[in-house]
Formats: sequence, C-alpha cells, structure tokens
Amino acid sequence: MSWDRALNTVGAWALALLWVLPLAYAIWTAFHPAAYEANFTLWAPLTLENFAKAWSAAPFGRYFLNTFILVTAILIGQFILGTLAAYAFARYSFPGRGLLFGLVLVQLMIMPDILIVENYKLIRALDLIDTIPAIALPYIASGFGIFLLRQTFLSVPKELEEAAQIEGMSALGVLMKVYVPLALPTYLAYGLVSVSHHWNNFLWPLIITNSVETRPVTVGLSIFASIDSGVEWSVINAATLMTSGPLLLAFLLFQRQFVQSFMRAGIK
Amino acid sequence: MQRTRQWIHAWLLLLPAFVFLLAFTHVPAITTLWNSFWTTARGRRPSRWAGLDNYDTLIADPVFWKVLVNNIWFAIGTIPTSIVIALVMAVWVNQKLAGRGFVRMAYFTPTVLPMIAVANIWMFFYTPGFGLIDQITGLFGMAQSNILGQSDTALVGVMIVTIWKEAGFFMIFYLAALQTIPPSLIEAARIEGAGPWTIFRRVTFPLLMPTTLFVSVNAVVNSFRMVDHIFILTGGGPDNASSLLLFYIYEVAFRFWDTAYAATLTVVLLAILAALAIGQFFFFDRKVHYK
Repeated sequence: MSWDRALNTVGAWALALLWVLPLAYAIWTAFHPAAYEANFTLWAPLTLENFAKAWSAAPFGRYFLNTFILVTAILIGQFILGTLAAYAFARYSFPGRGLLFGLVLVQLMIMPDILIVENYKLIRALDLIDTIPAIALPYIASGFGIFLLRQTFLSVPKELEEAAQIEGMSALGVLMKVYVPLALPTYLAYGLVSVSHHWNNFLWPLIITNSVETRPVTVGLSIFASIDSGVEWSVINAATLMTSGPLLLAFLLFQRQFVQSFMRAGIK
Repeated sequence: MQRTRQWIHAWLLLLPAFVFLLAFTHVPAITTLWNSFWTTARGRRPSRWAGLDNYDTLIADPVFWKVLVNNIWFAIGTIPTSIVIALVMAVWVNQKLAGRGFVRMAYFTPTVLPMIAVANIWMFFYTPGFGLIDQITGLFGMAQSNILGQSDTALVGVMIVTIWKEAGFFMIFYLAALQTIPPSLIEAARIEGAGPWTIFRRVTFPLLMPTTLFVSVNAVVNSFRMVDHIFILTGGGPDNASSLLLFYIYEVAFRFWDTAYAATLTVVLLAILAALAIGQFFFFDRKVHYK
C-alpha cells in the first residue's frame, strides 16, 4: 500500500512539474535580463526592466481599461438578463415555455463565437464596428447563464416565495429579495467563469476592433508579439505575463473559490 | 384573466434575453444558411441567387477538405489524451498527497491563462534554434528542429499546446464527480478483496461515465471552436497544414472577404455541431442513467 502511495506521489509531482514548466520558464525570462534567457544561474540578477519596456512599447494601459470595461459590461448584462429569464423559466408556466427553453439550450452548442460572418454584418448594420459594445453585445444573453440560474432558482423552496407574497411583495420584489440572495454562490461561480472567459476571448474582438481605443488586452498582446521587428523574448514574455497577471493573481488568491466555481458551473 | 397576466409577466421577463439570443445566435444561424445560396456582393455587382454553386465550390475546394481532415485529426489527437490526463490528475489530486495544493494549482493554472498568452509562452519552446526544445536537444548534439514550420509536425505542435491548456480544465469536472462517490462503495470493494486497479476499473470509472460523456462533448465542441492559438503559433501554415475549420472561415471571410463562401463553410460547422447536439441528446439520455 505505501509503495503504491509513494509511486502516486512521485507521479503526481512529476506531472505537476512538467505542467508548470512552460509558465515557470516564461516567468524566469520575464524577470531576468535577456542574457539569461537560457542560462539558468540561480543568482542571475532580477529585473523589472522587461515589464517597463513592454509597458512603454505598446498602450497596454489602454488595453487593460478596455478589457475591464468589456468584462464588466458583459457581466452586468448577463446577470440582469439571465436573472429575469431564469426566473420566468423556473417559476412561471406559460405557453411556449418548452420551445423557448429549447432555444436557450441551443446556445450551449451553437455559440456566437462561430457565427462571426453574420454577426459582423449585423454589427456593421448597427454602425457599431470598432466599439466596445460591439464586442460585448453577442455575449450579453448567455444560454449557459440562464440555464445555470434556472437550476438554482428551481431549488429554492416554494414556501419562501409564498410567504413573501403573503407579506405583499410583488413578483420582482420576490425575485430580488428571495431568489437572488439565495443564489449568490451561483452568481459568484458564474461570474468567475464569465470574467475569465471574456478576459481571454480573442477571435471576435480581433475581428470587430481595429483601434487602440477599443482593443482588449488579448488582441493588443497578439499584435505586440507578432511584430517581427525583433522584440526580445523576455519583453514579450513580460507582456504575456502582464496581460494574464490580474487573472492569475486572482486565481492564486482565490484558488479554492475558483476551482469550486468551475466545478459548480460545470455540473449540470 | 389572472392566467393571462401570468403569461404576459413571463414573456416580459424573457423578452430582453431573447432579443439578444435571437439576434446573435438563432437568426444568424438561419441567415448563414440562406446566404450560402447567394453570391458575395463585390463592388457594384450585387449579390445574386447562386443555388448550390457555393456547395460545388466547397466540394471542389482542396483547402476545405484539408482543414476538415485537420480538424478531425486535431480532435482525435487532443480529446482522448487530455481526457486520460485529466482523469489521472483528478485521481491523484483527490487522494492524500504531500503538497496537494501545489499539485492541483500546477494542473489548473493553464486553464486560467488566455489562449493567446499560452501560445506566446509555447512559442519560446518551439522557436527553431533559440527555443528551449532546441536548447535541450542541442546539448545532446541533435539537429535543430522546426516543429511548427514543417507540414508534418505543425499540427502536432498545436495539439500539444491544446492538451496542456485543456487537461486541467477537464480535471475539475472529474474531481467534482469523484467527490460525489460515496467512500463506502470503495470500502465495500476493498473488503471484497479488490485491488486498487480493479476498484478503479469496476467501481470508480463506471461511476464517472456521465462525466466522461459530458467532458467529451465539451471537448469536441471546443475542438471546433478554439482557434486562437493558431493565430500566434502557425497562422494555419505551412500550406494549411495546421489550419482548422473555423480558422479557414475567418480567413475566407476577413482576409479574402468572400462572405458567401464563408457562410457555406459555416453551414458545415453548424451541421457538425447540430449532429453532435442530436447525438448527445439520444446518447446522454438513454445510456447514462444510473443515478
């Protein structure tokens, strides 16, 4: 038995080290002068110069602001629209409920991500090309979010709602005062998943933006890294870490919540 | 009267979400199909009815077949491997282990990174001559490699990056499922004299079947949806050797501006996903119900 255990521990650690290696290497190069890119001396001098270079070589401050606005706007939209729709599906019976819920589920499989051609035409028709709302609009209503919140609302005991109604609360009052507070863990879980997803999203923002004022960090980073004018690796790596930094930091601080959120969001 | 008011309430609650759902998912899916029967408007020449012409082009387009086959290989190459790795990771992290927190973090971290960042990080491994892979093989006197630059290995290079990124994500679902298995079941099997491998094969693995199916479907959808890393790693090259269907759609639509043909390609992608959804519906609901 203990042999087994030792073997498992060794295996788990070997895989873990293999798995952190790429990231560890990126961190190494980002914090050391270019001369130490492949020269692993323990006492190599640490430096923040690569970060300073990256920060001044491209408007990353603006990119961060854009991403922040984008992610916040999407989250607020998804929460509001998702809450209203989920409440209707969980607590009302009305004609067309099955069909409409089916349409929500369709979006779990067919996402706006793949309908880039038609969505581009629509955004152009709305005259919104190269704006932050254009990046956000296709994701404001999320089938996944509606589904997740509906499941949570269904588990709220009906007695609570009836009690609130006897107290004279309106339907929206019940939703805000009874359902939403009880679903807070789901909101947190869904929020983390949504923020990390849209922070990382690339293809759609790439298509729909073409100026510094609207580009999110992922697109900014891809442009910065693809310049063939000999930007040093260490600088590109610093930029890479910078753009993932906030998420990575949040993840390290709230590791348990993150993992549990992803679990919760994944279990259907 | 009361009932009608309830209905109207419900519809009003649904209205905002459905405006956006229909506008950016359902309607575009239908107009994609419709537009695949028309030609692309160019300059002063308006779009005209093309019948099945775009589909004739599609069938005769060697690049389309190439990216489709690539995508299938990409799915075959990444999905089973990342699922097996994810399962192993989950089993390891689920038991008592020295430094479990670190190990779990190591497995999961790639999931949090943007795919663009992941691709950048891996570029430094792959770059011929300077990359870490060549630095290491160089120590043993091996020749310089060019994994992403050669048509027979470019796709493999892209696959490795994908596996690295996805395994930790799938691990989470297995971990969640493992924690719902009652320890008494494992205990009972152990008392019956079953070894760890038998327990895994006969008890744990069958109980994880719904998770495996869920993860598989997710993985297949991702393999048709996730193309971000291709932009950084290979740009689809060399000679479309590492291009995938959605990447090709992007190129046709936004580099060659042939939106009608891009719509036709999107129809193929939609058909694949629809088939998957239908398959999932029948398979999921019929085969895995022992809860």
